[in-house]
Amino acid sequence: MTMSTPEQKITNSTDSQIPDTTSHVEKKFKMIAENVSIYYGDTMGVKNVTMKFPEKSVTALIGPSGCGKTTFLRCLNRMHDMTKNAKVEGKVMIDDINLYDKSIDPIYHRRKVGMVFQKPNPFPTMSIYDNVTAGLKLNGVKDKRILDEIVEDTLKMAYLWDEVKNDLKKSAIELSGGQQQRLCIARALAIQPEVLLMDEPASALDPIATQKIEETITELKKDYTIIIVTHNMQQAVRVSDYTGFMYLGELIEFRETKKLFTDPKNDLTAKYVQGQFG
Amino acid sequence: MTTTNEKRQEYRALFKNNVKKRLLVDKIVHIIIFAFVIIAIIPLGSILVEVFKNGITAISYEFLTATPGSIGSGEGGIGPAIQGTLIIIGLASLIGVPIGVMSGIFLSEYGDNRLARNVRFFNDVFMEFPSIVLGIFAFLVIVLILGHFSVWAGAFALALIMFPIVARTTEESLKMVPVTYREAGTALGLKKWVITFRIVISAAKGGMITGILLAVSRIGGETAPLIMTILGSSQFFSSMDVPMDALPLRIWRLSLLPYESSQLQGWGAALVLIFVIIGINLAVRYYFGNGNGMIRKLIKQGGLVKK
Repeated sequence: MTMSTPEQKITNSTDSQIPDTTSHVEKKFKMIAENVSIYYGDTMGVKNVTMKFPEKSVTALIGPSGCGKTTFLRCLNRMHDMTKNAKVEGKVMIDDINLYDKSIDPIYHRRKVGMVFQKPNPFPTMSIYDNVTAGLKLNGVKDKRILDEIVEDTLKMAYLWDEVKNDLKKSAIELSGGQQQRLCIARALAIQPEVLLMDEPASALDPIATQKIEETITELKKDYTIIIVTHNMQQAVRVSDYTGFMYLGELIEFRETKKLFTDPKNDLTAKYVQGQFG
Repeated sequence: MTTTNEKRQEYRALFKNNVKKRLLVDKIVHIIIFAFVIIAIIPLGSILVEVFKNGITAISYEFLTATPGSIGSGEGGIGPAIQGTLIIIGLASLIGVPIGVMSGIFLSEYGDNRLARNVRFFNDVFMEFPSIVLGIFAFLVIVLILGHFSVWAGAFALALIMFPIVARTTEESLKMVPVTYREAGTALGLKKWVITFRIVISAAKGGMITGILLAVSRIGGETAPLIMTILGSSQFFSSMDVPMDALPLRIWRLSLLPYESSQLQGWGAALVLIFVIIGINLAVRYYFGNGNGMIRKLIKQGGLVKK
């Protein structure tokens, strides 16, 4: 087989940008990204990506380092507003509302979208309880009974409740890395989002903590639309229903996870999932 | 991997091998560092010892509470000066800290533009201004216009010294807070000012307090701007519109007198000033529960604090 540049192998077919759902009952799409391009200054980090995310399922984004998967994930929550030189083009629809519409207040819509970051980042000066309730209290929820209820619920959803239920006043940074990350999941869930974005949530964790996070994801999928960026292909296979493979800022292939890994249509995807490059 | 085994051997041979000499150098560097620390401590320590040795004999209940006696008599005390110093530090902080903290927040959180770069530059220049110049400025714009010496003028002059220091240290402390906390706040749908005031500041609190205390300690010892503004007095505080005393002013006056008893009182006043500054530092740090866990623990064990 002759070597050819990756660029030549990228298909421009729009089929690759919509997951193949024929074998399932027709699903509703919770989020739709249309022709999204992201620039850092003059550099184009994400090139014209279109993706539809089916409701109540896990979609994984995989690809080698620097392929733009994290950059893309962050645009789904307008996190690039915080970066001075970043510019986003295209549309991101959530329930028929374009997140990038000029008249939209991103703050309101961010509450619909929870986010978990690569490195656990609990607020260092707050207790476990205060971390979980931060998004609620600072958004105006004051009722102690409701806060208590949400703390218990979300910590249970994040599989952390049993480990911390007697220490809710303890500082969040006294927890282990894995516990901190599950706390961050609980914090994200506390604002009652409909979509959960996860940026390599297990990359800093050991296998046991990773397993717990994955169990959490599988459990959460019943109620949430989850989009997860991962470096780890086995993880994508274990937790996701759909997988998108990105390379050099473009979405190369996007299908049901099983099909993408067993029967990739694109040569580049095939090489990547077989571990020929990374 | 292009490095061959032979090449690796070659590279390894280039490493210094003289373990003994290197251990010795390590030791010498340690000694040099230690020596410089001692050199730094000697003058500081001897000042403290000298002030303590000379000042402690002057201190009595009367000295701390009474108004100054007749010149050269060795009677009376520095009550008005202690009171005045506390008032002037309090007022200057009331003006200088909020302005400094807000400027620092502006520079750190909204400071990526031309206005902020200019503010930062002038702030840095301002920080290096001789304090007497600020005293003259306060004299010109307040004392001359009002027509009399004024406590406000003194507080204003000291606040001018204070706020650039507070602004700079606040900016630096806020910048040290990792961007990941701001991101987490943003992702929770919080507004920027909520993130700044409720999350970022609480993480930067320690550094900000250190900066404020640094500024308080600095103005606590300022003499020149006070001569131009509150002048000095031998009476307790009565009005904002008349001269007031302060410890640095009292020290300065007492030390210039030719009488041994006055000079002794000067030493006493200097010692009191040191204790006032230390006291403010400890009290503030204790109140905000940072940096001095030991003191908090001691007081807790003494049963002075509930919980």
